[in-house]
Amino acid sequence: MAKLLMKGNEAIAEAAIRAGCRYFFGYPITPQNHIPEYMSKRMPQVGGTFLQAESEVSAINMVYGASGAGARVMTSSSGPGISLKQEGISYLVGAQLPCVIVNIMRGGPGLGSIQPSQGDYYQATRGGGHGDYRIPVFAPSSVGEAVTLTQKAFDIADKYRSPVIVLGDGMIGQMMEPVDLPDSTEINSVDKPWAAVGWDGARPRAIINSLYIDPSVLEQHNIMLQEKFAQIESAEIDYGAELVDDADLVIVAYGTVARIARSAIRMARAEGIKAGMIRPVTLWPFPSDPIAKAAETTKAFLTVEMSAGQMIDDVRLAVAGRKPVLFYGRTGGMVPAVRDVLHQIRIAAGAVDPRNPIEEAI
Amino acid sequence: MAVVFQKPKSLTDDILTYCPGCTHGIIHRLVAEAIDDLGVQDKTIGVAPVGCAVFAYNFFAVDMMQAAHGRAPAVATGIKRVHPDNVVFTYQGDGDLASIGMAEIMHAAGRGEKITTIFVNNAIYGMTGGQMAPTTLIGQVTTTSPYGRKEELCGKPIRMSELLAQMDGSTYVARVSVHDPKHVLDAKKAIRKAFETQLSGAGFSMVELLSTCPTNWGMTPSESLKWVASDMIPYYPLGVYKDSAKGAA
Ligand SMILES: Cc1ncc(C[n+]2csc(CCOP(=O)(O)OP(=O)(O)O)c2C)c(N)n1
Ligand code: SF4
Repeated sequence: MAKLLMKGNEAIAEAAIRAGCRYFFGYPITPQNHIPEYMSKRMPQVGGTFLQAESEVSAINMVYGASGAGARVMTSSSGPGISLKQEGISYLVGAQLPCVIVNIMRGGPGLGSIQPSQGDYYQATRGGGHGDYRIPVFAPSSVGEAVTLTQKAFDIADKYRSPVIVLGDGMIGQMMEPVDLPDSTEINSVDKPWAAVGWDGARPRAIINSLYIDPSVLEQHNIMLQEKFAQIESAEIDYGAELVDDADLVIVAYGTVARIARSAIRMARAEGIKAGMIRPVTLWPFPSDPIAKAAETTKAFLTVEMSAGQMIDDVRLAVAGRKPVLFYGRTGGMVPAVRDVLHQIRIAAGAVDPRNPIEEAI
Repeated sequence: MAVVFQKPKSLTDDILTYCPGCTHGIIHRLVAEAIDDLGVQDKTIGVAPVGCAVFAYNFFAVDMMQAAHGRAPAVATGIKRVHPDNVVFTYQGDGDLASIGMAEIMHAAGRGEKITTIFVNNAIYGMTGGQMAPTTLIGQVTTTSPYGRKEELCGKPIRMSELLAQMDGSTYVARVSVHDPKHVLDAKKAIRKAFETQLSGAGFSMVELLSTCPTNWGMTPSESLKWVASDMIPYYPLGVYKDSAKGAA
């Protein structure tokens, strides 16, 4: 294992290749273009396939075909492109096909901006497409974590026969950090007896399908899917807890925002404000239990997001009204500054009057 | 006693769900016969559309995938890129292929994707109850063109074989019909030719089959067959539009 200085997007791409991904289908959109560009260079070197699709709609359906044919496969996009993939993602869930989908979030709605955002939290954690479903969502907050989570995403996808989303923001995608890249895993190490590879008559015919026209049969299919989701919820929650035990204020933040919050917490501690952080790594399944547990000891929560407030719903559900849950967010591609978060911490701790402008407070 | 009628091996025993007199059934049989004749049942992977043929995954005795509406060529692309030595085909209606799936089919052909598309053109949306398709003829009454399709509102019907033959990546494109026994034989040859094209490693191949929808055309099965000859074929001329082995037609 050698430490390499890599951009988040490129590290995600290389991590995928080293996880045995040999098929990538995508369509250009900022701020994730480094992923398809890197794949277009690397895939031919490792005997894989990179194909630039005619649209995100086609890309996700190529993923469906390749996954149904038994391959480890990935696509990546951002906001508008992820919206176009939603029908396909719903089909992938219905047909129980594993794959990894990277969303490097940008500001929305509409064409929005190309700057970092976390505005696709609802879309990612509530399924995003039509029908009753959830899919695992991994939110890295460093380039190194983007590598480990991308690799884990392939394993979880295969384990549960489900798409998995790696949800980064433009910042994670663009920033450079030193990373450890693990060696390549053996390709096709996962047995997929259900895949369509050509029927030899010796096994049941492979039928990759999400149509169950008889409602009672579809309900059974849905019950089976819900049981799978429950299994994922009980086994796959991942989060980080920092300085929570004695905290009067627990910040909940993920991705880039968690790094900013970490700096603000350190400064607040230096001022004598006991702040801590719970950092969800899996956004679904959401780490509700540690938040609920913290609600027994802390005085309040502060959710910080690059959105108008989406994850806060999950925090509130976990806190269940026992403690106040405050919010601070920036939108449109604006990234909260450390001092802004520190100011919010001071307000929450009652250390400053909320009407004070930040300049006076610092 | 000689066997004069035998179900192709590449069809399952499931009972077809098509309406009486619908020619989807004949087309299924022709596709299965071609797979049998070429001895490729064990390496064929089919892609079913959204449309009346959605249940094709129950009918073809090969590994099958069901695709989102119009996306079968993209799904087939994914399969073929993973299994280049397999035979991959899509089976699509005219709403699926010529309307919502226009981008996917054009780009699959444009890339010279080594897949075969079986395109069933019945000039209407069958499954959803007879709405207008991009292939609906001028003047044809459907549930969304109750006064007959008007050119000034909807333009003229799209001729997909002519369009796809233009793509450099297409190697075999033919339009056939199944409204009488002679044409059924021609259709069978064309389907076989399309699969052979794929097996030879050449590019994209498609057979467009003019097909009936007695239920939504509001005709008897025999009237429907006649209407194919009298109304569809004049607008959708039969023939080979591209055969790269021979040069463009
Ligand atoms: C995204 C989406 N839009 C619309 C539909 C509804 N739909 C189902 S089948 C169909 C039309 C099928 O017509 P065609 O492709 O001509 O096939 P046919 O039924 O005539 O064989 C439509 C619009 C759908 N399933 N998905
Ligand atoms: S609705 Fe039309 S196309 Fe569909 S099965 Fe019936 S006759 Fe055939």
